Amino acid sequence: MTEQQQEQTSGFGYGNHLKGNRDNLVAGGNASSTPLMGGDEEPLIFSLSSPGRRAFQLPSTGVPDISPDTNNIEPPALPEVSERDLVSHYTRLAHRQYSVDLGFYPLGSCTMKYNPKAFDEIAAISSLKDVHPLVSAQLSQGWMEILWTLERALCAITGMSAFTLQPPAGAAGELTGLLVAGAYHRSLGEHRTVVLVPESAHGTNPASATLAGYQTKTVATGSDGCVNMASLESALSEDVAAIMLTNPNTIGIFEKDVVEICRLVHEAGALAYYDGANLNAIMGITTPAKMGFDIVHLNTHKTFATPHGGGGPGAGPVGVRAGLDQYLPGPRPTLQDDGTYRWEIPECSIGRVHSYNGNAMVLVRALAYILSNGADGLKRVSQIAVLNANWLLKTLSDTYEVPYGSRCMHEFVLSASTFKRRYGIRAQDIAKMLLDRGVHPPTVSFPLVVDEALMIEPTETESVQTLQDFASAMIEIASEIEDTKGASAKAAPERTPVGRVDETRAARHPIVVAE
Amino acid sequence: MNTYIPHTEDEINMMLAEIGNKSLDDLHATIPPEVLLEDGLDLPLGVSEADVVRYIGELADSNIGGHAGASKYVNTTLKEQRPRSPYPLNSLVCFAGGGTYDHYVPPVVSSLASKSEFVTSYTPYQAEVSQGVLQVLFEYQTMMSRISGLPVANASLYDGASALYEAVNMAVSYTDRHDIWISCGVNPRWRSVLDTLVAGRNIKVHPIKLRDASTDWSIPHALPDLSPPAAIVIAYPNYLGALENIEQAKELANSLEALLIVAFNPISMGMLHTPGYYGADIAIAEGQPLGIGLSFGGPYLGILSCKEEYMRIIPGRVIGESMDNRNGRAYTMTLRTREQDIRRERATSNVCTNQTLMAITATIYLSWLGPGGLKEVSRRCYSGAHYLYKLLCSIDGVEALYSEPFFNEFAIKIPVNSETLLARLADEGFLGGVALDDELCDDNASYVMEAANDNNVSSSGHVDNRPAGSEYKSNRPGDSRPGDSRRLLIAVTEKRTIQEIESYALSFEKALQ
Repeated sequence: MTEQQQEQTSGFGYGNHLKGNRDNLVAGGNASSTPLMGGDEEPLIFSLSSPGRRAFQLPSTGVPDISPDTNNIEPPALPEVSERDLVSHYTRLAHRQYSVDLGFYPLGSCTMKYNPKAFDEIAAISSLKDVHPLVSAQLSQGWMEILWTLERALCAITGMSAFTLQPPAGAAGELTGLLVAGAYHRSLGEHRTVVLVPESAHGTNPASATLAGYQTKTVATGSDGCVNMASLESALSEDVAAIMLTNPNTIGIFEKDVVEICRLVHEAGALAYYDGANLNAIMGITTPAKMGFDIVHLNTHKTFATPHGGGGPGAGPVGVRAGLDQYLPGPRPTLQDDGTYRWEIPECSIGRVHSYNGNAMVLVRALAYILSNGADGLKRVSQIAVLNANWLLKTLSDTYEVPYGSRCMHEFVLSASTFKRRYGIRAQDIAKMLLDRGVHPPTVSFPLVVDEALMIEPTETESVQTLQDFASAMIEIASEIEDTKGASAKAAPERTPVGRVDETRAARHPIVVAE
Repeated sequence: MNTYIPHTEDEINMMLAEIGNKSLDDLHATIPPEVLLEDGLDLPLGVSEADVVRYIGELADSNIGGHAGASKYVNTTLKEQRPRSPYPLNSLVCFAGGGTYDHYVPPVVSSLASKSEFVTSYTPYQAEVSQGVLQVLFEYQTMMSRISGLPVANASLYDGASALYEAVNMAVSYTDRHDIWISCGVNPRWRSVLDTLVAGRNIKVHPIKLRDASTDWSIPHALPDLSPPAAIVIAYPNYLGALENIEQAKELANSLEALLIVAFNPISMGMLHTPGYYGADIAIAEGQPLGIGLSFGGPYLGILSCKEEYMRIIPGRVIGESMDNRNGRAYTMTLRTREQDIRRERATSNVCTNQTLMAITATIYLSWLGPGGLKEVSRRCYSGAHYLYKLLCSIDGVEALYSEPFFNEFAIKIPVNSETLLARLADEGFLGGVALDDELCDDNASYVMEAANDNNVSSSGHVDNRPAGSEYKSNRPGDSRPGDSRRLLIAVTEKRTIQEIESYALSFEKALQ
């Protein structure tokens, strides 16, 4: 081993890695050296339009035009551009967009991990993507086996007994899961009206509860960041249908009383619903079933690295323990004795929650991710996600206020409340300062239980060098705020394609379509 | 082990040491021991991504029944060589529609939409580094507004069914009424989803039957004690392909002071009047025809646009134009106070992740197409469908199901079981159409679609009133099923050549003999 190599592998000891050895330990350039950080405003596609210009070419078919004269109907004012301009326009817009492929994206709770490129190839397989959803089961056995296999794999990962793959996103999964809970209680002749949601929960949970016809009751979070047991006990009653719990919770802490929580919930005749947003921290370590949960939704774009697509498509499979499977949406693929697959609708199904088979092209990528990682790889994924988060937490805890505990699972929450008190600097300002350093900021202002929260989820696919660069940027920002008494923060970001965007103006006078 | 983790073992050990842990297992020490898995996951060990891609490719090629000994699941299936389909499914010439259409997707659309900046970013919370996605979505909203003839559009929903559900929610919350009158001409699968999703709340969905292929709006008037609806919902073209009298629906909505929700096919907007033209309050659509592949049903694209007065109750993400602090134009997510992460239980919808990448795809597709291209595609779909309609209706025993005008899709009566016919057509290399289920039909002169395809529940209110689960036994269209459906729904897109259409008609005739 050369001296330099030695330095590289041993140079990031805690406490000294932030200075001295930085030159030898690079995570690659950062996003500030890309076109993202410059360039002029890109006009709207409509401004590139020139009457009569066209990009489209249609295949020749020989079909005679027997359509009626519709000249009195003006087709919609779509842009008229050349293919060349079309390509430039959307390529330039792509350059004004931060992404995981470009750099670190520690958006807490969103799990912005690397999306393996090999699985793009799967999404391009013609005999998957060019299949009409209404073909007969006889003709789509391959697709059915893919979906069935994914269901089995998700059961293995969560300990549930059956899954539906129909929900097209996590939020749709939540609604589905709560409708299953409702059907279950009605089958017992019970009419329960309340869903419990901890203070630290995602906003989606109470929104889904409302859409499922429930009232939401909030359970307090204790000083340790976990569910306050006294608050839970006083909230439980025969009106409660379910508790929705994320575990590890949104603060990044494993609910230490989870077994007791589920026991109390069951004792009250309610069901325990597991929001799978953070399952990526515990794969192969424990399962929602082990903890006592009855219903689970997963987000394939979080846990199983299906690409987030600028905000979707996701997929939100819902799993249930034995005894609830008859309520799941259908049809579901089932394996027959002769080795073929059949669509079956569960006996007391709540009905369809998707027109077809869910976001099939997303689901197949999730299966590919699970198979390629395997039992050993998935456990490793969770371990390294937790390792990265703890390492980063420790590295930042001297500089930033840590509201809950010194250890975390796959993510953690810092608070900028000290900066707010002293200089009026908020979490969002720190986020904007990070942008100037070429890094996507963490989730800000969530969870609500933390004042000026910065919720950081590094994921397992980031190297220690990347974490170190991020930590350096965060520490640099803290001292810059101190040095300038916050003066520089309000001006950030300065190196981004646009400056700080006026959100109030956008909301007050909404312009949601071009003139 | 195959993972996408960059850490070397040395790095892992040093990181562990720095945070005071001895081993990776220590990291999860805060988890109560009684919930720990003792034996790890019951899954096979990881294999290389190349193996996985090959395995899934083999499954894809086996999209035909009967491979013996399938699946003691992943362990063995990964190694198993599977029989290839005699005719790969994607090679069947597609005449199936039913809400999903086999349109031509130009390579430039797939190429641009698969740019990793679009594919691997997330919801544009940080506007300053998300102008790319934000601007495309603003362009998308503009195009959806123009294509539907309504001034406001959101940044996408999951699919047509979710657009229907969210539109119904809007109408209920705007009018504070709880009944919905929905034409049975609205896609039965969408209605099935709607029935499921409103089940927990006090919303009653009343399906209104068709006479021939047009909604018989006189039916609800004849029912006693029916409250005025929050909205009436109609599809244009409807599930049978027919173009109903939409003015009549508008008049009805006006007289009831209900919202008019129109489900439309975006591709038809090259030659039909828009929902906005007909006075729709909310327009919804399945955006799949706009450059999005068949994809075995998803991901697709939910389009929703509306009049100005509903802007503050619109569901999901909305992108707005604003200014930055350098006095430049900039885009940002807006009207955020409607959303679940801020308003929680009082949000207008629970949508967070939507279908942005599909919205981007549709935007690029429509920019490629332009107004002239859209018109051309419309006319070609129309021409192909009418050309085939004429050929099929001249076959002995084949009859048109209705006399209303249609666009790209039509329904016929046939003298044999639809499934039998479809199987024979598959042997000839055609995906011959979509069987219209028994539940959707009866043999009276009037065409009745009382309930969604796998759901006998005609109105959903509280689930307490629902029939037992056994009612759901039936299967999806296209599956073999007891019963004797003799009706077929057939769609033609601009991709179908005259040779394909003519040889389809010949095979059709042969298959009937």
